Amino acid sequence: MPDRKRIDSGSVATHAVLSLGALVMTFPFLWQLLTALKTLAETSQVPPTFLPKDWNWDSFEEVFTALPFREMLTNSLINTIGRTVGQLVFCSLAAYAFARMQFRGRNVLFALFLSVLMVPSSLLVLPQYDIIQSLGLLNSAPALFLPGMFSAFGTFMLRQFFLTLPRELEEAARIDGAGSFRIFWSIMLPLIRPALAALAVITAMWSWNDLLWPLIVNTDPEKMPISAGLTSLEGQYETNYPVMMAGSLIASLPMLVVYLFLQRHFVQSVALSGSKS
Amino acid sequence: MSVFPATAAAKAAGRSRTSASGTRPGPRNQRSAYWFIAPLGLGFAVFYFWPLLQTLYFSFTEFGAFGGHTFIGTDNYLRVIKDVTVWQALGNTLIYCVIGLMALPVAIVVASLLNRRGLRGVSVYRALYFIPFVTLPVAVGLVWNWLYNGDFGLVNEILSWFGVDEHYWVSDPSTAVYAIGTVMVWSTTGYYLVIFMAGVKGIPQDYYEAAELDGAGPLRRFFTITLPLLSPTIFFASVICMINSLQTFDLIYIMMAEKNPAIGDTQSVVGLFYKWAFIENAQGAAAALAFLLMLVIAALTYLQFRIQKRWVHYA
Repeated sequence: MPDRKRIDSGSVATHAVLSLGALVMTFPFLWQLLTALKTLAETSQVPPTFLPKDWNWDSFEEVFTALPFREMLTNSLINTIGRTVGQLVFCSLAAYAFARMQFRGRNVLFALFLSVLMVPSSLLVLPQYDIIQSLGLLNSAPALFLPGMFSAFGTFMLRQFFLTLPRELEEAARIDGAGSFRIFWSIMLPLIRPALAALAVITAMWSWNDLLWPLIVNTDPEKMPISAGLTSLEGQYETNYPVMMAGSLIASLPMLVVYLFLQRHFVQSVALSGSKS
Repeated sequence: MSVFPATAAAKAAGRSRTSASGTRPGPRNQRSAYWFIAPLGLGFAVFYFWPLLQTLYFSFTEFGAFGGHTFIGTDNYLRVIKDVTVWQALGNTLIYCVIGLMALPVAIVVASLLNRRGLRGVSVYRALYFIPFVTLPVAVGLVWNWLYNGDFGLVNEILSWFGVDEHYWVSDPSTAVYAIGTVMVWSTTGYYLVIFMAGVKGIPQDYYEAAELDGAGPLRRFFTITLPLLSPTIFFASVICMINSLQTFDLIYIMMAEKNPAIGDTQSVVGLFYKWAFIENAQGAAAALAFLLMLVIAALTYLQFRIQKRWVHYA
C-alpha cells in the first residue's frame, strides 16, 4: 500500500482512461433514472428532454401498486439462489474431475457436456416445458430454477481455473492419505475462490434477468419473477416508460448489492501456499 | 478424437503423449471421478440431452395441422440450405461474432489497469463498469435507440463536433449491424471483466515484483506476465464469447422495430429461428435451422480447441 502521496504520470493516465470508460458505461443507467423521474407525457415528447422538467417520484410508488412487486422480488430471489447454489455445487464437482482426474471417456464426456453450451436456449424451451409440466411443477418456484441449476458454462469456467493450480498440492495430500473428495473440498476448492465468486455473480445476474423461461413456465403473476413481471407494463399501444424504468431500477438494485458484496472475494489474491519449491 | 490438451495429470502419470483420451485407461484411472460428474450428468440428461434428442427427431418431421408429426426425412434441412435469408442471417451472425470478440481486449486491459497496486477508487470503478450488466435488456435497448436517433441522438451530437454528418445509424442497412454490435460489446464488457478480474488476481504478485526489479516496464510486464498467465482464462472467455455472439438475439429483437428497413440486414440466425418457430409455426424447419447453427458453432469451437495448444499456457 502506498504510504506517500506521489502523483506519477502512470496513475493519472490510468485514472483518465478508467474514468472515460466509466462514463460510457454508466450513462444509460443515468438515463434510466432521469426517465423514471419524468411524467408519462414528457417521455413521449419529440425531441426528448434530457433533464426532467419537474422531478416527479410517483413512478417509484406506482410500481408497487401496478404489480405484485413484493411477491415478484421474492420469486426472483428464490430463482437466483436456487440456480446459483445448484451451479456452484454441481459445476465445481464436475469441473474438478475434468481438470484434475484421469478416467476413461473423459474427453468424450467433456465434449458432450460442452455441446450443451452450443444449443440455442430457445430451441429447448418447448421440450423443457413438457418435462416441467409432467413433473406437475408449472407455476411453482422449482420450475424457475430447475433447468438452470446445471450449466456447461460454469463447468467449463471452473475447469479452466482448476487447470492453473500447481500439482504439488494434490500430490502432497495424496501422500498424506487424503481421499479424492477430501482433497477437492479442503484443498482445491478454497484455491479457486475468486472463480467461484465470479461464477456466483454471473449466474445470479443471469438468473435475475432471465426472461423467456419464466414467462413460459410461470404465467401466474404471483409466481413470476420481476424480470418477467416488468414486461406486463409494456402496453399494446403505449408503454408506461417512467414506471417501467423505475421498476427496472429497483429490480437491479439487489444485484448491485450482491455484486458489491461478492466482489471482495473475486478480487482477493489467493495466497498460493505450498507452491514454493 | 481428442481435442483437449492433456492436463498436467497425464504428464505426471508419465504419459508424454498429448492425448489423454480415455481409450486406454492411464495407470491412475480414478474411478471416483464418475461420482464427481454424476450429479451434473443427471441434470443434463433430464433437461438438455433428452429434449435435444426429441428436437432432433422433430427436425426430420412436419408438424401436422391436427398435431402429430409426419416423418419427411431431410426436407427441412434442404429447405434451410436453399433459403437465401438463412445465408444472410448467417453472414450477419458472423459479423456480430467478430465485433463481439472486441469486448475481450477491452476487458483484459481494464482488468489489468484495475489490478495496479495502490490505485485509488478501484472498487468504485469496478462497480461502475459492472452497471451495464445489471441493467435489464429492455432498458438497454431503449437507451441506445435514443442515443443513436438520427434526428436528435447524442451519438450524432458528439460526432458533429468532429465534423461527421448526421446519420440514421439503426435504420441504415449499411451501419445497423455495427450499431447493434457496438451495444453488444458495451453490454458484455462488464461480464468478461468479472471473469478476467478473477483471472488477474490469481497471478502471484511476486512475479510482478521480480519483473519490476529486473527493470521491466508496465507494458513489458503486461505482455510477459499477465497475458501468458491469463491465457487459460482468455481461451475460456473467447470460446464463450464466440458461442454467445453466434446466438445473439435479445438485443436485436429489442432494438429493431418491425418496420425498420434494415431488419433483414441485422437478422441473426437465432432471430430467424424464433420467427419460424414461434411466429410462422414452422417448427420442423426451425429445429433444422437450430441444428445447422449448432454444427457451425461446434466446428468453430473445435477449431479453437485445436489452436489453443499454440498459445494457451497451463500450469
